[in-house]
Amino acid sequence: MKNTSIVVADNLCKTFADKKVLQNVSFEIDTGKCFGFLGPNGAGKTTTLQLIEGISPPSGGLLRVFNLSLPGHGRQIRGKMGIVPQIDNLDPDFTVLENLRIYGSYFRIPKKVLFKRIDELLDFMQLSDRTKDKPDNLSGGMKRRLTIARALINDPELIVLDEPTTGLDPQVRHLIWSKLRELMSQGKTLLLTTHYMDEAERLCDQLFIMDHGAILEKGNPQDVIKQHVEPYVVEARGDLAAATHLVKSVKRVRLETVGDTLFCYCAAPETIMPLLEGCADIQLLSRSCNLEDVFLKLTGRDLRE
Amino acid sequence: MNYSYYSLPRVSSDATIIWLRNVKVWFKLIGPALALHFGEPLIYLFGLGFGLGAFVGDIGEMSYLTFLASGLIASSAMMTASLEGTYSVFTRMVPQKTYSAILATPIEVDDIIAGEFLWCATKALFSGIAILIVASLMSAVTGSQAILIIPIVLLSAICFAGPAIVVATMSSGYDFFNYYFTLAVTPMFVLCGVFYPISVMPDAMQYVVQVLPLTHSIELIRPLISGREMSNVGLHLFVLIAYSCLFYYVAVVMVRKRMVV
Repeated sequence: MKNTSIVVADNLCKTFADKKVLQNVSFEIDTGKCFGFLGPNGAGKTTTLQLIEGISPPSGGLLRVFNLSLPGHGRQIRGKMGIVPQIDNLDPDFTVLENLRIYGSYFRIPKKVLFKRIDELLDFMQLSDRTKDKPDNLSGGMKRRLTIARALINDPELIVLDEPTTGLDPQVRHLIWSKLRELMSQGKTLLLTTHYMDEAERLCDQLFIMDHGAILEKGNPQDVIKQHVEPYVVEARGDLAAATHLVKSVKRVRLETVGDTLFCYCAAPETIMPLLEGCADIQLLSRSCNLEDVFLKLTGRDLRE
Repeated sequence: MNYSYYSLPRVSSDATIIWLRNVKVWFKLIGPALALHFGEPLIYLFGLGFGLGAFVGDIGEMSYLTFLASGLIASSAMMTASLEGTYSVFTRMVPQKTYSAILATPIEVDDIIAGEFLWCATKALFSGIAILIVASLMSAVTGSQAILIIPIVLLSAICFAGPAIVVATMSSGYDFFNYYFTLAVTPMFVLCGVFYPISVMPDAMQYVVQVLPLTHSIELIRPLISGREMSNVGLHLFVLIAYSCLFYYVAVVMVRKRMVV
């Protein structure tokens, strides 16, 4: 184990009522970086986080956080951790300010320190003018910002975020991303799950792509993209039979048909664009391959409910 | 090291943090709370105490008003703890996800449940004291020893909080509580001597109600309110303490099983 690792998981297993949701998962999380768990619904991302948080006990394997073993040290570990749950669970009986004060009391933060930190956090998350509102009167984006502010109340070293921006509008997502990057620049370690590939590409230094309770791939986002997919893809919609006929003879082009779209993965779009552009009944989109292409290649295109 | 659902409950001062959270929520709703705690006993004592009391006269050398007031103090401890332990605990545990939020901090399930027991006892005490005040104003309380009901009300509430929280952990929704209230709480309210002495019931029935904790709570509170001599104090305390310990343990185990998965 490197002494810079903040989380070390070795062959972690988790079983719920005979259903194996995590199978021999091993990984290390380095201090000061942003790590992302990616995967379809039911891949085991949230379960992994709950094990790290010491909230859910592992069924097998070894787990150390802050060099303390789990289960057994949940209290100490959570004292230095900030947790943003998937679904906001703000206290509806309390105002924004009271929510932060009550949450601070759970960490036994001295009043003077707490009040000063609350002012800073309200400012940081741009909620200073909503302190007297109850959560029900806040927008989805404000609730999320309050939940993140709440998770920072104990000035945590490790911040664990389960789908931090799901369901939020682009303005709020960009704001949250910039705040998370600011936290990283302060030396915090971030651990997040997401369904958004752009979020993972933008924020994460290191990715774990998960499916069916196992880690399929790990690495830096750009490296993972290079390793698994071609640099470019041309998407064609319309008369797919004609399009397929036109490009299938071109070398080093990988074709995949999904629904009404033909995906032509290639090293350079110039090799196939001229061929397709001659065809009247086809709409074309040429773009760089991204993490979503890797993700769908690795986890398949079947729906997960 | 494995997580054990059955280890003995941990009791620490962290329970007071949860207790304080509940106190703060209660203070936000103080108006309706006071209306309930003072309004209900007023109606019962006026309506039944005077109305029914006119027909009944005295029971065992005490006025019916005194008899009823002492029964109501015990039953309100039961009712308050039962409502808080079922509806409120369930709300915080399931739809509101308050427990999930708290468990993301150093606080653990054992602290939450210890805090809930403390809070159930506190709320029952508010209710009990409200009845005591109303009954005193109606001259239904004899002697200052009545203040000794405080520890009995606290103990009674803890005794009833346990089964209520256990029911909350088994529930998938609020409707489920109808079973508990119809099959346990209401029968105790009607059968355990709140409204009439259990000695008037058939022998077999008297044995049955001796098993129920409310009977023992009333047996302790009634002589303190009426200023009469207490009897079998050890037995009554033993029953209440035994129920409290047993259900406190079961409640902690059940909430662990529901929250720590």
